[in-house]
Amino acid sequence: MSGAIEAELRRETMATVAKPMDNYLEAYGGLRALERREPEWMRNLRDEAWELFREKGFPTTHDEDWRFTSVAALARTPFRRAAASHAAVTAEQIEAYRLTGSACRLVFVNGRFAPGISDARSLPAGLEICSLARALDCGMEGCAPTGIEQQLGGYADVRRDVFVALNTALWEDGAYLRIRRGAAIEQPVHLLYVTADGGAATMIHPRTLVIVEDASQVAVVEDYVSLGEGAAMCNSVTELVAGQDAAVSHYLVERENLASFNLSTLRVELGRGARLASHSMLLGGGLVRNNVHPVLAGEGGECLINGLFVGEGRQHLDNYMLVEHAKPNGSSRQFYNGILDEQAHGVFHGRIVVHPDAQKTDAKQTNRNLLLSDEARIDTKPQLEIHADDVKCTHGATIGQIEEEPLFYLRSRGLDEVAARKLLLYAFAAECLDRMQEAPVRRFAEALTHERLLEVARRARPAATVERQDENARNWEEVG
Amino acid sequence: MALLEIEDLHASVDGHQILKGVNLVLNAGEVHSIMGPNGSGKSTLAQVLARRESYEVTQGRVLYAGKDLLQMKPEEAACEGVFLAFQYPVEIPGIGNAYFLRSAMNAIRKYRGEDELDAMDFLPVFRERLKLLEMDDALMSRSLNEGFSGGEKKRNEILQMAMLEPRLAILDETDSGLDIDALKIVAEGVNALRSSQRAFLVITHYQRLLNYIAPDFVHVLVDGKIVRSGGPELALELEEKGYGWTEAEAQPA
Ligand SMILES: Nc1ncnc2c1ncn2[C@@H]1O[C@H](COP(=O)(O)OP(=O)(O)O)[C@@H](O)[C@H]1O
Ligand SMILES: [Mg+2]
Repeated sequence: MSGAIEAELRRETMATVAKPMDNYLEAYGGLRALERREPEWMRNLRDEAWELFREKGFPTTHDEDWRFTSVAALARTPFRRAAASHAAVTAEQIEAYRLTGSACRLVFVNGRFAPGISDARSLPAGLEICSLARALDCGMEGCAPTGIEQQLGGYADVRRDVFVALNTALWEDGAYLRIRRGAAIEQPVHLLYVTADGGAATMIHPRTLVIVEDASQVAVVEDYVSLGEGAAMCNSVTELVAGQDAAVSHYLVERENLASFNLSTLRVELGRGARLASHSMLLGGGLVRNNVHPVLAGEGGECLINGLFVGEGRQHLDNYMLVEHAKPNGSSRQFYNGILDEQAHGVFHGRIVVHPDAQKTDAKQTNRNLLLSDEARIDTKPQLEIHADDVKCTHGATIGQIEEEPLFYLRSRGLDEVAARKLLLYAFAAECLDRMQEAPVRRFAEALTHERLLEVARRARPAATVERQDENARNWEEVG
Repeated sequence: MALLEIEDLHASVDGHQILKGVNLVLNAGEVHSIMGPNGSGKSTLAQVLARRESYEVTQGRVLYAGKDLLQMKPEEAACEGVFLAFQYPVEIPGIGNAYFLRSAMNAIRKYRGEDELDAMDFLPVFRERLKLLEMDDALMSRSLNEGFSGGEKKRNEILQMAMLEPRLAILDETDSGLDIDALKIVAEGVNALRSSQRAFLVITHYQRLLNYIAPDFVHVLVDGKIVRSGGPELALELEEKGYGWTEAEAQPA
């Protein structure tokens, strides 16, 4: 433990008045007191990250990357690490969250691995999976999986984002996956992160590392759910490293309760000829920030960045895409569809950076939205930063509503108003669902979408009653 | 009891008075044709009968099988057996044709307290009707009317009608934009459904379709009112003389 932090911990225990941020310091101290057998380098990473978080604090809306999303409410809430006793979640309680057809399932309750309700008994050849804490903690220094020191924390930048710093300082567990060279894992891997209501506001910082070796193939589903209605903060970071010609699909499913703050960062490093399909489904959560940041670090990489966000009530769903083309002949496709009702606020910030070396880059971005009420809002910000001359980059955004004419057409055939609206909303969402290649996950996503859109369809109104849509859709284009 | 009784029907769209007192009675087993110049209110009448809510009824009443049609929502009218083949069928990306049709059939069956059809019950009937209308199977796995030619859209309307088996079928210019072969196919589709239980209201601008679907009655709608009614010979007379004389008749004396 560094002297400065120790001194501060001592000072804080003597203080009588709780200051904002005390809760984080307490969490950090608590975590250190566990005396986990972590390698030295990990402890150093945590200390460095903690210092960064302490210095910078939470971003404000003056910060360009957080212009449309205020985290003031999050900063005000004294989130704490869950007490160990909260982890008593039974298999029955999470049965409803099953992903049928998965290769294995790791369950984390309040950020901690729950082996009793996980299922990783018969794994397909070529798939190694365990809890990340276990991968690092094997009783002595230096016995963690080879190379993990370069990978864990090697991609998600603690300097770029304080939430990544906070996660690095405070993570307790998460998943570690390694797909062996040439292995094709046919069935998806399900990672279920459960926040269980423990009375006080709980925070968890799941950390996941996925190593997809050369020419191998896998689909990973990160699924965030809540048990109970309590407020929680879930701040996850996933680093995914795809080797040469690897093909990887990543799914984020956010379906926590409306009192939740969910922040996630997916940082992907793509090798030569590697392919990524990132699918995000934001269906729940009160305040959600979804960061997707692939770097096409090898020649000829391909990424599909696909997302659906559905908000109602006062949900705030912020999608921040940063696609970096670092090498030639790469292609990226971003497609995000949003459905927003009541006072929901959506954000699509699509940043594309083409580095000088990345000639013949082909990058495309589309954001389509349905605004179903006068108060729903969307901010779209395409941001192209192009430093190479021979590239193709396009972007586009649209807004719409449920139109009266198709609605009448469907109803004139016998579908009731709710069913007709749901069908139209579903058709819009299906553009995203249709891009999902893995059949079990697609069926899973379809079922979740049906369920969610039925709720929205019961309330949503047709076009004639929505008037202020143009005012509430704002485009902040930055193309240079 | 008549299947449909329209009495002094007035309707407006966006504040414009379009229908100005329509009277019409249809009995089960009859085929009526409504003809009239563009803009006379034919589609408005059709949409009001299919219960489009943006078309406001300002006066009059409509009884359908003894019930107040104007109190019904579009889906209720559909479930009660009213079907409108649209003049301009809507393209809806993302909704599969076959899926939609089965959803519609099941919605109607549910309303009538019948069991839902599963794919196994649905498919044989569906295939047979497709063949009757000489439609390509491949169209049915595509989105609803998306990228369909004008003729394909019209045939799709008739296919839906054939599957939903309405008691009152309203065809709004189903013939316009069809070549002669497509016209015959559509007419055969309609004729196959003619029965003593069912009535048709065939809206058309031209007499051509009526060579294949022989109507029992022809009505001429001008400026929101029926100005003349007669037998099939009226259609021929219109074809010969044009609409000019009917318009003159519509002027208040
Ligand atoms: N939304 C609308 N707003 C104003 N006028 C309309 C609207 N829809 C139709 N009309 C007018 O109503 C009249 C009747 O239209 P319509 O019923 O479509 O006629 P038809 O089918 O006989 O050609 C036309 O003059 C048309 O311009
Ligand atoms: Mg018309």
